[in-house]
Amino acid sequence: MTDVPKQLQYTRQHEWVRREKDGTVVVGITDHAQHQLGELVYVELPDEGRDFKSGDGMAVVESTKAASDVYAPLTGTVLEGNPALTAQPELVNTDPYGAGWLVRLQLADHGELTGLLDAAAYTALLDTAH
Amino acid sequence: MREPLIFEQSRPGRRAPTHAPAVAAATDDLPAAFIRQTTAPLPEVSELQVVRHFTRLSQLNFSIDTHFYPLGSCTMKYNPRAANKLAMLPGYLDRHPLEPEGHSQGVLENLHDLQELLKAITGMSGVSLTPMAGAQGEFAGVAMIRAYHVSRGDTARTQIIVPDAAHGTNPATATMCGCDVVEIPTGPDGDVDVEALRQVVGPQTAGIMLTNPSTLGVFERQIGEIAAVVHGAGGLLYYDGANLNAILGRALPAAMGFDVVHINLHKTFSTPHGGGGPGSGVVAVTSRLEPFLPIPIVGQRNGGYAWLAESDRPQSIGRLSGFMGNAGILLRAYVYMRLLGAEGMRRVSGFATLNANYLMTLLAEAGFCVAYPRRRASHEFIISLKDIARETGVTAMDFAKALLDRGFHAPTTYFPLLVPECLLIEPTESEARQELDAFAQAMIDIRDLAIRDAAEVKRAPLTTPVRRLDDVRAAKQLDLTWQSRDPARHGHT
Amino acid sequence: MPFIPHTPDETAAMLAVIGTASIENLFDEIPANLKVDGLPGVPAGLSEPAITRLMVERARRNVSSLCFLGAGAYEHHIPAAVWEIATRGEFYSAYTPYQAEASQGTLQLIYEYQSMLAGLTGLDVSNASLYDGATAFAEACLMAVRAARQSRSRRVLVPRFLNPVWRKVARSLLAGQNVELVELAASGGRTDLSALAAHEGEDYAALCISLPNFLGGLEAVDELTDWAHARGMLVIAACNPTALALLKPPGEWGSKGADIACGEGQPLGIPLSSGGPYFGFITCRQALVRQMPGRIVGGTLDVEGRPGFTLTLQAREQHIRRSKATSNICTNQGLMVTAATIYLSLLGSEGLRRVAAESHANTRALVSALTSIGGVSAPYSPYFHETVLTLPRPVAPVLQKLATAGILGGFDLSADYPELGHAVLVCATELRTAPDIEAYRQALANVLGVAVAA
Repeated sequence: MTDVPKQLQYTRQHEWVRREKDGTVVVGITDHAQHQLGELVYVELPDEGRDFKSGDGMAVVESTKAASDVYAPLTGTVLEGNPALTAQPELVNTDPYGAGWLVRLQLADHGELTGLLDAAAYTALLDTAH
Repeated sequence: MREPLIFEQSRPGRRAPTHAPAVAAATDDLPAAFIRQTTAPLPEVSELQVVRHFTRLSQLNFSIDTHFYPLGSCTMKYNPRAANKLAMLPGYLDRHPLEPEGHSQGVLENLHDLQELLKAITGMSGVSLTPMAGAQGEFAGVAMIRAYHVSRGDTARTQIIVPDAAHGTNPATATMCGCDVVEIPTGPDGDVDVEALRQVVGPQTAGIMLTNPSTLGVFERQIGEIAAVVHGAGGLLYYDGANLNAILGRALPAAMGFDVVHINLHKTFSTPHGGGGPGSGVVAVTSRLEPFLPIPIVGQRNGGYAWLAESDRPQSIGRLSGFMGNAGILLRAYVYMRLLGAEGMRRVSGFATLNANYLMTLLAEAGFCVAYPRRRASHEFIISLKDIARETGVTAMDFAKALLDRGFHAPTTYFPLLVPECLLIEPTESEARQELDAFAQAMIDIRDLAIRDAAEVKRAPLTTPVRRLDDVRAAKQLDLTWQSRDPARHGHT
Repeated sequence: MPFIPHTPDETAAMLAVIGTASIENLFDEIPANLKVDGLPGVPAGLSEPAITRLMVERARRNVSSLCFLGAGAYEHHIPAAVWEIATRGEFYSAYTPYQAEASQGTLQLIYEYQSMLAGLTGLDVSNASLYDGATAFAEACLMAVRAARQSRSRRVLVPRFLNPVWRKVARSLLAGQNVELVELAASGGRTDLSALAAHEGEDYAALCISLPNFLGGLEAVDELTDWAHARGMLVIAACNPTALALLKPPGEWGSKGADIACGEGQPLGIPLSSGGPYFGFITCRQALVRQMPGRIVGGTLDVEGRPGFTLTLQAREQHIRRSKATSNICTNQGLMVTAATIYLSLLGSEGLRRVAAESHANTRALVSALTSIGGVSAPYSPYFHETVLTLPRPVAPVLQKLATAGILGGFDLSADYPELGHAVLVCATELRTAPDIEAYRQALANVLGVAVAA
């Protein structure tokens, strides 16, 4: 059964977003997405300071059989990529909502957050896809 | 049994000295700053060791010469020995590419004849032989389409339409040419969704890339309508010749409405695959694209054959290779085409299609799920192992590995991406009925074993030099070159 | 029937299984208006003796000459074992090693090839080869542009004396992606270091350095490498692989070494073959491996823990990444790489160094012989195994007359480099002998109308 934590927000492209107390957001890919890709062998993260518009390709996750773009769920500036993924890309598989996070963003417009899916809506999306 | 790396067989001071000058000539005029101070880490081995090592390596391969190789979309037919022998005559082999044309009339005549043959089988009016592989032929095709629009001031045409079933090189090529890719879906019977096509064409359309028969192993029946839609919107049609073997001598790409075609000589015209190349992706075009053909092209001048280049073709998309393409491959294809002749070419498509439909029928009757059961197979067909995978957990990849144990190279797996758990099977015209029967029986045996003992199938292959390899380890712990354990080898000499 | 095994009975039985009466019926989905019933432009088939006669006769119509021509393709000795082994059916008629367990021969060979080329260039990793030197250079430029995160520039600085055809090919291949080659001025047969000042402060993804350059000249590789690195550019080395047995490899240029090396693999056991097939090589520092185009083979273990080889990093490639792939290439020049790996194994580093040294010594002997003729001079040094001679009159007619005398006298530089005057590029590999060189001297003296001692 795919894990969809209640406290996070989601996109239709299977990314999750977590709002931090300091106003920044952390982005990763969902348990469903990591399962579809298989064991990751490489994660390409953006450089600090790069600006992305919502929907821009921001990172790439690779398994041996697939490569997938991770799109910026919201418009913002990269504060950091997850440094642990360089040596251990499989953290995205083993702990997609925790140690396997991808990017921390400074948002340009917090209003965009209202456009994301909640856990119930994302679960419904997964159900209709099956 | 592992064959040690050639480096592991190396011993300091061992030589195969007949191949190099007996004494090292002086290079005292070269400034010291330019001289290599480290020894290049090449092996030091005898000629016999080299011959034995590479002969043994060859024996670890499956090949057409040793195994049935029904690799869909690759057309692994027999590579006649005559083509290799005649292309390697010293009169062709020992020639510098920049020899004067007056000294090269023999080779130029062969290449000119080849251009004419390619026009005849495509119905096109111009040919360039320079693209060195299918992907380069694709590049040439899309670049010509772009150049044509630009030459008319129609610069906004930057979209290339590609069916979702297309080979990955199609969208990759469009990107290399600076175009955007628009994917259109395939209908339930394997034909392009023409309504979807109508929705996406417009003043931004540069053209469409199609394979016909498609990568789904069926002939695109609405090709006339597709051509009308694309041409009507001002776009051009590109024919990916990957599957030309299926229609050789039976339908001409030009008559279908295509403006440019590339032909994989290593597929349809049986030049060697060589473990992954060289290929040849010659292109043929209708008259409106002729000025844009890549150079050089063999033409006639002053009663002889000559290279047409920049000054003859000022609108050309330019050069794609350091000289003039894979000449030796072109000669092999020429020999094969002359051996076949017009009747032989029709027989190629006829028997390739007979073999595919026969094998598809055998497998369908044995209960395998054919992807497009209401359609004729072209020269290849798809079966989906989705049901078997769901019931037993045995996947298309497991079938592929189990086939290796039964002496067959695996068909293409997981391509096209549209069909789940698929095998794309292309027997080619070279194979006898007995081989097809044995392959069908092997498929049945594997399925029966999957139902009885799925774990046993998943252990395959058991008889190959190595068993299943750890792809994740290969990608994460990159080991791309041999590293000497002896630091002295890399030290100063 | 050529290459078709079916007997009439088998054909009939197979059609019966399918449930149709004729092979023609199998094409009933092709609309009738598109069908043709023959190929009028294609002659009838020939027997093997007949095609042999035709091909032998045409091969004889090619005139063979004594070759002093290089300009990107070089006539070296190819040991007999190279093509005897490379054309074994198990290499010749195998395909891309996608089924690794059934392709360990090709895969191990490519791994050995990658190791040899990485070692020869002094860099960390190699791919499984590209089409030829010209396309390898174009791919190296694309790779540098992708990798140059610092600058995000789409311009590459290229020396004037990089092979002019390579520059043309790169322009054809790069135009669609808006990658621009900017020419770096030259003087005295090599890149002019004082010309670098004009590019100071400009943003480039990479600087290309050619060794030897198209004129055979040795560029100031250390100074150029350091200059580029100090300005945040990558360094692309374009090299002759034979030369690298003797000359400092790109990985050792300057204080940090070049980042990418590429070149034409033909000198490594590939016949001149009227222009191809050859192969291109490309190697790079480990950090750039994910920007590498084309196939790469890696070592791994099988389920029993035994070492084996497989294609790896495939997620870069077109069959997975489609429109976002590093390149549309899916071929490597497998058969050529097979030959080159056998060639390098037979030669070893000492053998290859001797081939390089002997070729260079022969070219020096050629230069010395030809400049003994009045009006002929060799303006540039140092060079490696190929250099420029200037003649007292236009080159083209001289080369024509030499050709009539059975001598391929070199490459006429006047179209590509008019500033060099009546300049011809000459080369003598290890295969040229003292009598060959003397024959050229006599012929040239004759053509120029100068008397020389016999």
